[in-house]
Amino acid sequence: MVTPTRDRQPKVQVRDLSIHYGGKAALAGATFEIHEHEIFGIIGPAGSGKTSFLRAMNRMDLFNPAMEVGGEISMDGKDVRKWKNVYALRRRIGVVFPLPVGLPMSIYENVALAPRLGGTRKRADLDVIVERCLTRAALWDEVKDRLDSLGSLLSGGQQQRLTIARALSQEPELLLLDEFSIAVDPVTTMKIEDVLKELRQELTIVLVTNLVQQARRLADRTAFFLTGELVEVAPTEDLFTGGASDERTTAYVEGRFG
Amino acid sequence: MFEATELNHRNQRTEKLWRLLFLMMTLLLILPVAVILTVLVVKGGPSLSIDFLFTEPTQGMTAGGILPALVGTVWLVVVALIASVPIGVAAALYLSEYAPDNWLTRIINLAIINLAGVPSIVHALFGVGAFVAFFRFGTSILAASLTLAVMTLPVVIVSTREALKAVPQAFREACWNMGATRWQTIRKVVLPNSVSGILTGVILEVSRTAGETAPIMFTGAAFFLPFLPQSVYDQTMALSLHLFVVSTQVPDVPEGLPFGVALVLIGLVLSMNAVSIGFRMVLRGKKKW
Repeated sequence: MVTPTRDRQPKVQVRDLSIHYGGKAALAGATFEIHEHEIFGIIGPAGSGKTSFLRAMNRMDLFNPAMEVGGEISMDGKDVRKWKNVYALRRRIGVVFPLPVGLPMSIYENVALAPRLGGTRKRADLDVIVERCLTRAALWDEVKDRLDSLGSLLSGGQQQRLTIARALSQEPELLLLDEFSIAVDPVTTMKIEDVLKELRQELTIVLVTNLVQQARRLADRTAFFLTGELVEVAPTEDLFTGGASDERTTAYVEGRFG
Repeated sequence: MFEATELNHRNQRTEKLWRLLFLMMTLLLILPVAVILTVLVVKGGPSLSIDFLFTEPTQGMTAGGILPALVGTVWLVVVALIASVPIGVAAALYLSEYAPDNWLTRIINLAIINLAGVPSIVHALFGVGAFVAFFRFGTSILAASLTLAVMTLPVVIVSTREALKAVPQAFREACWNMGATRWQTIRKVVLPNSVSGILTGVILEVSRTAGETAPIMFTGAAFFLPFLPQSVYDQTMALSLHLFVVSTQVPDVPEGLPFGVALVLIGLVLSMNAVSIGFRMVLRGKKKW
Protein backbone atom coordinates (compact mmCIF):
# COMPACT_ATOMS: atom_id res chain seq x y z
CA MET A 1 0.00 0.00 0.00
CA VAL A 2 2.99 2.33 0.08
CA THR A 3 2.90 4.44 -3.02
CA PRO A 4 6.12 5.98 -4.29
CA THR A 5 5.90 9.56 -3.13
CA ARG A 6 9.50 10.61 -2.93
CA ASP A 7 9.71 12.08 -6.41
CA ARG A 8 6.66 14.31 -5.93
CA GLN A 9 6.93 18.04 -5.26
CA PRO A 10 6.52 18.82 -1.53
CA LYS A 11 3.11 20.23 -0.61
CA VAL A 12 4.30 21.43 2.76
CA GLN A 13 7.82 22.28 3.82
CA VAL A 14 8.56 22.71 7.51
CA ARG A 15 11.89 24.27 8.39
CA ASP A 16 13.24 24.58 11.92
CA LEU A 17 9.73 24.94 13.33
CA SER A 18 9.55 25.80 17.01
CA ILE A 19 6.39 26.52 18.99
CA HIS A 20 6.14 28.04 22.46
CA TYR A 21 3.17 28.68 24.71
CA GLY A 22 4.04 31.58 27.00
CA GLY A 23 7.72 30.61 27.00
CA LYS A 24 7.06 26.89 27.42
CA ALA A 25 8.31 24.89 24.44
CA ALA A 26 5.86 22.57 22.67
CA LEU A 27 7.93 21.85 19.57
CA ALA A 28 11.60 22.61 18.92
CA GLY A 29 13.45 22.69 15.62
CA ALA A 30 11.35 20.33 13.51
CA THR A 31 12.24 20.09 9.81
CA PHE A 32 10.33 17.83 7.42
CA GLU A 33 8.34 17.75 4.20
CA ILE A 34 4.86 16.58 3.35
CA HIS A 35 4.40 15.40 -0.24
CA GLU A 36 1.45 16.13 -2.45
CA HIS A 37 -1.25 13.42 -2.48
CA GLU A 38 0.14 11.45 0.40
CA ILE A 39 -1.26 10.60 3.79
CA PHE A 40 1.34 11.86 6.22
CA GLY A 41 1.04 10.25 9.63
CA ILE A 42 2.19 11.90 12.83
CA ILE A 43 2.43 9.67 15.87
CA GLY A 44 3.73 10.26 19.36
CA PRO A 45 2.54 10.34 22.96
CA ALA A 46 0.59 13.25 24.49
CA GLY A 47 2.57 16.47 24.78
CA SER A 48 4.81 15.65 21.84
CA GLY A 49 3.82 18.71 19.79
CA LYS A 50 1.64 16.97 17.17
CA THR A 51 -1.39 19.19 17.64
CA SER A 52 0.74 22.31 17.98
CA PHE A 53 2.07 21.70 14.49
CA LEU A 54 -1.48 21.52 13.09
CA ARG A 55 -2.45 24.71 14.89
CA ALA A 56 0.54 26.55 13.49
CA MET A 57 -0.16 25.20 10.00
CA ASN A 58 -3.68 26.68 10.01
CA ARG A 59 -2.50 29.94 11.63
CA MET A 60 -4.44 29.22 14.79
CA ASP A 61 -1.68 31.01 16.66
CA LEU A 62 -3.78 34.09 15.83
CA PHE A 63 -6.49 32.81 18.22
CA ASN A 64 -4.10 32.45 21.12
CA PRO A 65 -1.79 35.36 22.00
CA ALA A 66 0.32 33.04 24.19
CA MET A 67 1.28 30.85 21.20
CA GLU A 68 4.56 31.85 19.53
CA VAL A 69 5.73 30.25 16.30
CA GLY A 70 9.32 30.36 15.05
CA GLY A 71 10.85 28.90 11.90
CA GLU A 72 8.87 28.38 8.74
CA ILE A 73 5.92 26.38 7.40
CA SER A 74 5.45 26.72 3.65
CA MET A 75 2.54 25.48 1.61
CA ASP A 76 3.27 25.34 -2.13
CA GLY A 77 6.50 27.17 -1.44
CA LYS A 78 4.95 30.11 0.40
CA ASP A 79 5.35 30.70 4.14
CA VAL A 80 1.89 30.53 5.76
CA ARG A 81 2.76 33.52 7.90
CA LYS A 82 3.39 35.61 4.80
CA TRP A 83 -0.16 35.05 3.49
CA LYS A 84 -1.76 38.47 3.73
CA ASN A 85 -5.25 36.98 3.57
CA VAL A 86 -5.27 34.38 6.33
CA TYR A 87 -8.91 33.52 5.53
CA ALA A 88 -7.94 32.42 2.02
CA LEU A 89 -5.22 30.23 3.54
CA ARG A 90 -7.63 28.61 5.99
CA ARG A 91 -10.14 27.93 3.23
CA ARG A 92 -7.51 25.78 1.53
CA ILE A 93 -6.87 23.82 4.73
CA GLY A 94 -9.54 21.65 6.34
CA VAL A 95 -9.09 20.77 10.00
CA VAL A 96 -10.71 18.23 12.31
CA PHE A 97 -9.89 18.28 16.00
CA PRO A 98 -10.54 15.54 18.56
CA LEU A 99 -13.46 17.32 20.23
CA PRO A 100 -16.45 17.21 17.88
CA VAL A 101 -18.13 20.53 17.22
CA GLY A 102 -21.62 20.49 15.76
CA LEU A 103 -22.52 24.11 15.15
CA PRO A 104 -25.94 25.12 16.52
CA MET A 105 -27.60 25.20 13.12
CA SER A 106 -29.19 22.51 10.96
CA ILE A 107 -27.11 19.57 9.77
CA TYR A 108 -27.52 20.90 6.24
CA GLU A 109 -26.34 24.37 7.21
CA ASN A 110 -23.34 22.94 9.05
CA VAL A 111 -22.05 21.50 5.81
CA ALA A 112 -23.33 24.28 3.53
CA LEU A 113 -21.75 27.05 5.61
CA ALA A 114 -18.25 26.96 4.16
CA PRO A 115 -19.46 26.72 0.54
CA ARG A 116 -21.85 29.61 1.20
CA LEU A 117 -19.03 31.70 2.66
CA GLY A 118 -17.05 30.77 -0.43
CA GLY A 119 -19.73 32.24 -2.68
CA THR A 120 -21.80 29.19 -3.65
CA ARG A 121 -25.41 30.40 -3.66
CA LYS A 122 -27.48 27.99 -5.75
CA ARG A 123 -29.49 25.55 -3.69
CA ALA A 124 -28.89 22.74 -6.19
CA ASP A 125 -25.11 23.15 -5.99
CA LEU A 126 -25.24 23.22 -2.20
CA ASP A 127 -27.41 20.08 -2.17
CA VAL A 128 -24.76 18.23 -4.15
CA ILE A 129 -21.93 19.36 -1.86
CA VAL A 130 -23.88 18.51 1.31
CA GLU A 131 -24.74 15.00 0.12
CA ARG A 132 -21.21 14.30 -1.14
CA CYS A 133 -19.49 15.49 2.05
CA LEU A 134 -21.91 13.73 4.41
CA THR A 135 -21.53 10.53 2.40
CA ARG A 136 -17.75 10.72 2.54
CA ALA A 137 -17.92 11.23 6.30
CA ALA A 138 -20.12 8.11 6.56
CA LEU A 139 -23.00 10.12 8.03
CA TRP A 140 -25.38 10.56 5.08
CA ASP A 141 -27.45 7.42 5.63
CA GLU A 142 -28.08 8.27 9.26
CA VAL A 143 -29.16 11.89 8.75
CA LYS A 144 -30.50 12.16 5.19
CA ASP A 145 -34.09 12.20 6.45
CA ARG A 146 -33.50 14.91 9.06
CA LEU A 147 -31.11 17.38 7.50
CA ASP A 148 -33.09 20.18 9.15
CA SER A 149 -32.48 19.07 12.72
CA LEU A 150 -29.77 20.71 14.80
CA GLY A 151 -26.20 19.55 14.18
CA SER A 152 -25.28 20.37 17.76
CA LEU A 153 -27.78 17.84 19.14
CA LEU A 154 -26.35 14.81 17.32
CA SER A 155 -24.49 12.18 19.34
CA GLY A 156 -20.77 12.69 19.90
CA GLY A 157 -19.75 10.26 17.19
CA GLN A 158 -22.18 11.75 14.70
CA GLN A 159 -21.00 15.26 15.51
CA GLN A 160 -17.45 14.15 14.85
CA ARG A 161 -18.44 12.87 11.41
CA LEU A 162 -20.34 16.13 10.84
CA THR A 163 -17.11 17.96 11.68
CA ILE A 164 -15.29 15.86 9.08
CA ALA A 165 -18.01 16.57 6.51
CA ARG A 166 -17.64 20.28 7.25
CA ALA A 167 -13.88 20.14 6.79
CA LEU A 168 -14.41 18.46 3.41
CA SER A 169 -17.10 20.95 2.38
CA GLN A 170 -14.58 23.72 1.86
CA GLU A 171 -12.83 21.51 -0.73
CA PRO A 172 -9.43 21.80 0.91
CA GLU A 173 -6.10 21.00 -0.71
CA LEU A 174 -4.78 19.95 2.65
CA LEU A 175 -6.75 18.06 5.28
CA LEU A 176 -5.47 18.07 8.86
CA LEU A 177 -6.97 15.32 11.02
CA ASP A 178 -6.24 15.28 14.73
CA GLU A 179 -7.44 12.06 16.37
CA PHE A 180 -10.50 12.09 14.14
CA SER A 181 -11.63 8.65 15.28
CA ILE A 182 -11.56 9.30 19.02
CA ALA A 183 -15.37 9.60 19.32
CA VAL A 184 -16.25 7.29 16.43
CA ASP A 185 -17.02 3.59 16.69
CA PRO A 186 -14.59 1.13 15.04
CA VAL A 187 -16.86 0.11 12.15
CA THR A 188 -17.53 3.71 11.14
CA THR A 189 -13.86 4.51 11.61
CA MET A 190 -12.99 1.86 9.03
CA LYS A 191 -15.53 3.39 6.61
CA ILE A 192 -13.95 6.82 7.00
CA GLU A 193 -10.47 5.35 6.64
CA ASP A 194 -11.50 3.87 3.28
CA VAL A 195 -12.72 7.30 2.19
CA LEU A 196 -9.42 8.87 3.26
CA LYS A 197 -7.52 6.41 1.08
CA GLU A 198 -9.63 7.46 -1.90
CA LEU A 199 -9.29 11.15 -1.06
CA ARG A 200 -5.55 10.84 -1.45
CA GLN A 201 -6.11 11.21 -5.21
CA GLU A 202 -7.55 14.68 -4.65
CA LEU A 203 -5.74 16.16 -1.71
CA THR A 204 -2.97 15.84 0.84
CA ILE A 205 -3.79 14.52 4.29
CA VAL A 206 -1.97 14.97 7.58
CA LEU A 207 -3.14 12.35 10.06
CA VAL A 208 -2.25 12.91 13.70
CA THR A 209 -3.11 9.82 15.69
CA ASN A 210 -2.51 8.06 18.96
CA LEU A 211 -3.43 4.78 17.32
CA VAL A 212 -0.17 3.48 15.94
CA GLN A 213 -2.02 0.85 13.93
CA GLN A 214 -4.16 3.52 12.30
CA ALA A 215 -1.02 5.25 11.06
CA ARG A 216 0.21 1.90 9.78
CA ARG A 217 -3.04 1.26 7.92
CA LEU A 218 -3.25 4.68 6.31
CA ALA A 219 -0.05 6.68 6.24
CA ASP A 220 2.42 6.59 3.37
CA ARG A 221 5.08 8.15 5.52
CA THR A 222 5.03 8.71 9.23
CA ALA A 223 6.75 11.13 11.57
CA PHE A 224 7.41 10.27 15.19
CA PHE A 225 7.27 13.19 17.64
CA LEU A 226 8.44 12.88 21.23
CA THR A 227 8.25 15.68 23.84
CA GLY A 228 8.58 18.46 21.30
CA GLU A 229 11.24 16.78 19.21
CA LEU A 230 10.86 15.30 15.73
CA VAL A 231 12.61 11.97 16.20
CA GLU A 232 12.36 10.78 12.61
CA VAL A 233 10.33 10.67 9.42
CA ALA A 234 10.27 7.50 7.34
CA PRO A 235 8.04 5.45 5.04
CA THR A 236 5.47 3.96 7.40
CA GLU A 237 6.19 0.38 6.51
CA ASP A 238 9.86 0.83 7.36
CA LEU A 239 9.00 2.05 10.86
CA PHE A 240 6.92 -1.03 11.51
CA THR A 241 9.33 -3.57 10.07
CA GLY A 242 12.37 -2.72 12.11
CA GLY A 243 13.63 -0.06 9.72
CA ALA A 244 13.43 2.79 12.20
CA SER A 245 16.74 4.56 12.61
CA ASP A 246 16.04 5.56 16.19
CA GLU A 247 15.61 3.05 19.00
CA ARG A 248 12.85 5.19 20.60
CA THR A 249 10.69 4.96 17.48
CA THR A 250 10.90 1.19 17.44
CA ALA A 251 10.06 1.08 21.13
CA TYR A 252 7.01 3.31 20.60
CA VAL A 253 5.53 1.53 17.58
CA GLU A 254 6.02 -1.80 19.30
CA GLY A 255 4.09 -0.46 22.27
CA ARG A 256 6.91 -0.69 24.76
CA PHE A 257 6.15 2.84 25.99
CA GLY A 258 3.76 5.74 25.29
CA MET B 1 -24.58 -1.67 64.36
CA PHE B 2 -23.82 1.92 63.35
CA GLU B 3 -24.60 4.62 65.90
CA ALA B 4 -24.42 8.35 65.27
CA THR B 5 -21.92 9.91 67.64
CA GLU B 6 -22.48 13.02 69.72
CA LEU B 7 -20.28 14.91 67.22
CA ASN B 8 -22.54 13.79 64.35
CA HIS B 9 -25.58 15.10 66.18
CA ARG B 10 -23.89 18.40 66.94
CA ASN B 11 -22.85 18.81 63.30
CA GLN B 12 -26.39 18.13 62.22
CA ARG B 13 -27.80 20.71 64.62
CA THR B 14 -25.27 23.33 63.46
CA GLU B 15 -26.10 22.49 59.86
CA LYS B 16 -29.80 23.16 60.49
CA LEU B 17 -29.00 26.40 62.30
CA TRP B 18 -26.90 27.82 59.45
CA ARG B 19 -29.45 26.79 56.88
CA LEU B 20 -32.17 28.52 58.87
CA LEU B 21 -30.04 31.67 59.21
CA PHE B 22 -29.37 31.90 55.46
CA LEU B 23 -33.04 31.27 54.72
CA MET B 24 -34.05 34.12 57.08
CA MET B 25 -31.65 36.51 55.33
CA THR B 26 -33.09 35.52 51.97
CA LEU B 27 -36.63 36.07 53.22
CA LEU B 28 -35.64 39.53 54.47
CA LEU B 29 -34.94 40.32 50.85
CA ILE B 30 -38.51 39.61 49.82
CA LEU B 31 -39.95 41.67 52.66
CA PRO B 32 -39.46 45.17 51.20
CA VAL B 33 -40.78 44.07 47.80
CA ALA B 34 -43.89 42.60 49.40
CA VAL B 35 -44.47 45.66 51.60
CA ILE B 36 -43.98 48.14 48.75
CA LEU B 37 -46.33 46.26 46.45
CA THR B 38 -48.98 45.81 49.14
CA VAL B 39 -48.95 49.46 50.20
CA LEU B 40 -49.05 50.64 46.60
CA VAL B 41 -51.92 48.40 45.65
CA VAL B 42 -53.94 49.18 48.78
CA LYS B 43 -53.41 52.93 48.75
CA GLY B 44 -52.98 53.58 45.04
CA GLY B 45 -55.37 51.00 43.66
CA PRO B 46 -58.55 53.03 44.25
CA SER B 47 -57.26 56.02 42.25
CA LEU B 48 -56.52 53.84 39.21
CA SER B 49 -59.00 54.03 36.35
CA ILE B 50 -59.05 54.30 32.60
CA ASP B 51 -59.55 58.05 33.03
CA PHE B 52 -56.52 58.25 35.32
CA LEU B 53 -54.34 56.76 32.60
CA PHE B 54 -55.81 58.68 29.67
CA THR B 55 -56.52 62.22 30.86
CA GLU B 56 -54.36 65.18 31.74
CA PRO B 57 -53.73 66.45 35.27
CA THR B 58 -56.10 69.22 36.32
CA GLN B 59 -56.49 71.72 39.18
CA GLY B 60 -52.78 72.27 39.73
CA MET B 61 -52.05 68.54 39.52
CA THR B 62 -54.32 67.73 42.49
CA ALA B 63 -56.81 65.95 40.26
CA GLY B 64 -57.14 64.41 36.81
CA GLY B 65 -54.92 61.80 35.19
CA ILE B 66 -51.32 61.21 34.20
CA LEU B 67 -51.43 60.85 30.42
CA PRO B 68 -48.66 63.38 29.55
CA ALA B 69 -46.30 61.82 32.11
CA LEU B 70 -47.02 58.29 30.90
CA VAL B 71 -46.52 59.21 27.25
CA GLY B 72 -43.43 61.26 28.15
CA THR B 73 -41.80 58.31 29.91
CA VAL B 74 -42.39 56.12 26.87
CA TRP B 75 -40.78 58.78 24.62
CA LEU B 76 -37.78 59.13 26.93
CA VAL B 77 -37.23 55.38 27.15
CA VAL B 78 -37.62 54.72 23.42
CA VAL B 79 -35.29 57.51 22.34
CA ALA B 80 -32.75 56.46 24.99
CA LEU B 81 -32.90 52.90 23.66
CA ILE B 82 -32.41 54.00 20.07
CA ALA B 83 -29.27 55.79 21.17
CA SER B 84 -27.80 53.29 23.62
CA VAL B 85 -28.53 49.87 22.13
CA PRO B 86 -26.64 50.18 18.81
CA ILE B 87 -23.63 51.79 20.49
CA GLY B 88 -23.67 49.42 23.45
CA VAL B 89 -24.07 46.26 21.37
CA ALA B 90 -21.39 47.38 18.89
CA ALA B 91 -18.98 48.15 21.73
CA ALA B 92 -19.70 44.80 23.37
CA LEU B 93 -19.14 43.00 20.05
CA TYR B 94 -15.82 44.77 19.62
CA LEU B 95 -14.66 44.02 23.15
CA SER B 96 -15.83 40.42 23.11
CA GLU B 97 -15.06 39.36 19.52
CA TYR B 98 -12.24 41.56 18.25
CA ALA B 99 -10.30 43.35 20.98
CA PRO B 100 -6.80 42.04 21.70
CA ASP B 101 -5.75 42.04 25.34
CA ASN B 102 -3.69 45.23 25.37
CA TRP B 103 -3.49 48.54 27.23
CA LEU B 104 -6.22 50.16 25.13
CA THR B 105 -8.70 47.37 25.87
CA ARG B 106 -7.87 47.55 29.54
CA ILE B 107 -8.44 51.31 29.58
CA ILE B 108 -11.79 50.84 27.83
CA ASN B 109 -12.85 48.22 30.39
CA LEU B 110 -11.82 50.53 33.20
CA ALA B 111 -13.84 53.35 31.62
CA ILE B 112 -16.94 51.16 31.42
CA ILE B 113 -16.66 50.15 35.08
CA ASN B 114 -16.21 53.79 36.09
CA LEU B 115 -19.07 54.96 33.90
CA ALA B 116 -21.30 52.46 35.68
CA GLY B 117 -20.20 53.89 39.02
CA VAL B 118 -20.94 57.55 38.26
CA PRO B 119 -23.89 58.79 40.37
CA SER B 120 -26.99 59.66 38.37
CA ILE B 121 -26.99 63.30 39.52
CA VAL B 122 -23.51 63.69 38.03
CA HIS B 123 -24.82 62.24 34.77
CA ALA B 124 -27.58 64.85 34.97
CA LEU B 125 -25.07 67.69 35.23
CA PHE B 126 -23.03 66.17 32.40
CA GLY B 127 -26.22 66.06 30.32
CA VAL B 128 -26.92 69.72 30.99
CA GLY B 129 -23.41 70.68 29.96
CA ALA B 130 -23.07 68.38 26.97
CA PHE B 131 -26.49 67.94 25.39
CA VAL B 132 -28.53 70.94 26.61
CA ALA B 133 -25.80 73.58 26.31
CA PHE B 134 -22.94 72.39 24.09
CA PHE B 135 -24.97 70.56 21.43
CA ARG B 136 -27.77 73.16 21.82
CA PHE B 137 -30.55 70.58 22.10
CA GLY B 138 -32.04 72.73 24.88
CA THR B 139 -34.05 71.08 27.62
CA SER B 140 -35.74 68.48 25.47
CA ILE B 141 -36.60 64.81 25.17
CA LEU B 142 -33.48 64.44 23.03
CA ALA B 143 -31.15 65.85 25.68
CA ALA B 144 -32.82 63.87 28.48
CA SER B 145 -32.81 60.62 26.54
CA LEU B 146 -29.18 60.98 25.53
CA THR B 147 -28.31 61.56 29.18
CA LEU B 148 -30.20 58.38 30.08
CA ALA B 149 -28.45 56.58 27.23
CA VAL B 150 -24.99 57.53 28.48
CA MET B 151 -25.98 56.39 31.94
CA THR B 152 -27.26 52.99 30.82
CA LEU B 153 -24.55 52.26 28.25
CA PRO B 154 -22.37 50.30 30.68
CA VAL B 155 -25.35 48.12 31.59
CA VAL B 156 -26.05 47.36 27.92
CA ILE B 157 -22.38 46.61 27.27
CA VAL B 158 -21.97 44.34 30.29
CA SER B 159 -25.18 42.38 29.69
CA THR B 160 -24.42 42.00 25.97
CA ARG B 161 -20.92 40.74 26.74
CA GLU B 162 -22.39 38.20 29.14
CA ALA B 163 -24.76 37.00 26.42
CA LEU B 164 -21.90 36.75 23.90
CA LYS B 165 -19.72 34.91 26.39
CA ALA B 166 -22.40 32.21 26.69
CA VAL B 167 -21.65 31.13 23.10
CA PRO B 168 -18.91 28.47 23.38
CA GLN B 169 -15.50 29.45 22.02
CA ALA B 170 -15.33 26.11 20.16
CA PHE B 171 -18.11 27.34 17.82
CA ARG B 172 -16.07 30.40 16.91
CA GLU B 173 -12.88 28.44 16.32
CA ALA B 174 -14.72 25.89 14.15
CA CYS B 175 -15.99 28.77 12.06
CA TRP B 176 -12.62 30.54 11.83
CA ASN B 177 -11.00 27.28 10.80
CA MET B 178 -13.28 27.18 7.77
CA GLY B 179 -11.83 30.50 6.69
CA ALA B 180 -14.67 32.62 8.06
CA THR B 181 -13.78 36.17 9.08
CA ARG B 182 -14.65 37.45 12.53
CA TRP B 183 -17.69 39.25 11.11
CA GLN B 184 -18.94 36.19 9.22
CA THR B 185 -18.57 34.20 12.44
CA ILE B 186 -20.52 36.83 14.38
CA ARG B 187 -23.28 36.89 11.78
CA LYS B 188 -23.60 33.14 11.29
CA VAL B 189 -22.90 31.73 14.74
CA VAL B 190 -22.45 34.25 17.54
CA LEU B 191 -25.40 36.62 17.08
CA PRO B 192 -28.07 34.03 16.22
CA ASN B 193 -27.22 32.25 19.47
CA SER B 194 -26.99 35.28 21.72
CA VAL B 195 -29.74 37.56 20.47
CA SER B 196 -32.27 36.39 23.08
CA GLY B 197 -29.75 37.00 25.85
CA ILE B 198 -28.96 40.44 24.48
CA LEU B 199 -32.66 41.31 24.30
CA THR B 200 -33.16 40.17 27.88
CA GLY B 201 -30.44 42.56 29.00
CA VAL B 202 -31.85 45.40 26.94
CA ILE B 203 -35.32 45.01 28.42
CA LEU B 204 -33.95 45.00 31.95
CA GLU B 205 -32.13 48.19 31.07
CA VAL B 206 -35.35 49.75 29.76
CA SER B 207 -37.08 49.15 33.04
CA ARG B 208 -34.23 50.86 34.85
CA THR B 209 -34.37 53.83 32.53
CA ALA B 210 -38.09 54.29 33.08
CA GLY B 211 -37.64 54.94 36.78
CA GLU B 212 -34.70 57.38 36.66
CA THR B 213 -35.46 60.89 37.88
CA ALA B 214 -32.27 62.83 38.46
CA PRO B 215 -30.81 62.57 34.93
CA ILE B 216 -33.97 63.93 33.30
CA MET B 217 -34.80 66.61 35.86
CA PHE B 218 -32.55 69.31 34.39
CA THR B 219 -32.31 68.02 30.85
CA GLY B 220 -35.83 67.64 29.54
CA ALA B 221 -38.50 66.69 32.03
CA ALA B 222 -41.02 69.38 32.88
CA PHE B 223 -42.69 70.14 36.19
CA PHE B 224 -46.10 70.59 34.63
CA LEU B 225 -46.85 70.51 30.92
CA PRO B 226 -50.34 69.31 30.08
CA PHE B 227 -49.62 68.60 26.39
CA LEU B 228 -48.29 65.55 24.65
CA PRO B 229 -44.80 66.02 23.15
CA GLN B 230 -44.78 66.42 19.36
CA SER B 231 -41.07 65.83 18.66
CA VAL B 232 -37.82 65.00 20.41
CA TYR B 233 -37.09 68.73 20.72
CA ASP B 234 -40.06 69.23 23.06
CA GLN B 235 -39.94 69.07 26.81
CA THR B 236 -42.16 66.51 28.43
CA MET B 237 -43.54 65.34 31.72
CA ALA B 238 -42.31 61.98 33.02
CA LEU B 239 -43.81 59.54 35.51
CA SER B 240 -40.80 59.49 37.82
CA LEU B 241 -40.54 63.28 38.10
CA HIS B 242 -44.34 63.61 38.32
CA LEU B 243 -44.31 61.26 41.29
CA PHE B 244 -41.67 63.40 42.99
CA VAL B 245 -43.68 66.58 42.25
CA VAL B 246 -47.07 65.40 43.46
CA SER B 247 -45.51 63.82 46.54
CA THR B 248 -43.48 66.80 47.74
CA GLN B 249 -43.94 69.97 45.68
CA VAL B 250 -47.68 70.47 45.36
CA PRO B 251 -49.96 71.25 48.34
CA ASP B 252 -53.36 69.61 48.90
CA VAL B 253 -52.81 66.54 46.74
CA PRO B 254 -55.25 63.77 47.71
CA GLU B 255 -53.40 60.94 49.43
CA GLY B 256 -54.25 58.31 46.84
CA LEU B 257 -52.85 60.22 43.86
CA PRO B 258 -49.07 59.82 44.41
CA PHE B 259 -49.63 56.14 45.23
CA GLY B 260 -51.55 55.76 41.99
CA VAL B 261 -48.68 57.30 40.03
CA ALA B 262 -46.18 55.06 41.79
CA LEU B 263 -48.33 52.02 41.08
CA VAL B 264 -48.42 52.82 37.36
CA LEU B 265 -44.66 53.37 37.28
CA ILE B 266 -43.86 50.14 39.09
CA GLY B 267 -46.45 48.30 36.99
CA LEU B 268 -44.65 49.51 33.87
CA VAL B 269 -41.28 48.35 35.17
CA LEU B 270 -42.55 45.00 36.42
CA SER B 271 -44.38 44.20 33.20
CA MET B 272 -41.18 44.88 31.25
CA ASN B 273 -39.28 42.61 33.64
CA ALA B 274 -41.93 39.98 33.06
CA VAL B 275 -41.34 40.21 29.33
CA SER B 276 -37.63 39.80 29.96
CA ILE B 277 -38.20 36.75 32.14
CA GLY B 278 -40.46 35.37 29.43
CA PHE B 279 -37.65 35.75 26.91
CA ARG B 280 -35.28 33.91 29.17
CA MET B 281 -37.76 31.06 29.58
CA VAL B 282 -38.20 30.74 25.82
CA LEU B 283 -34.42 30.76 25.51
CA ARG B 284 -34.05 28.01 28.07
CA GLY B 285 -36.89 26.07 26.48
CA LYS B 286 -35.05 25.48 23.22
CA LYS B 287 -31.54 24.72 24.25
CA LYS B 288 -29.41 24.33 21.17
CA TRP B 289 -26.39 22.57 22.56
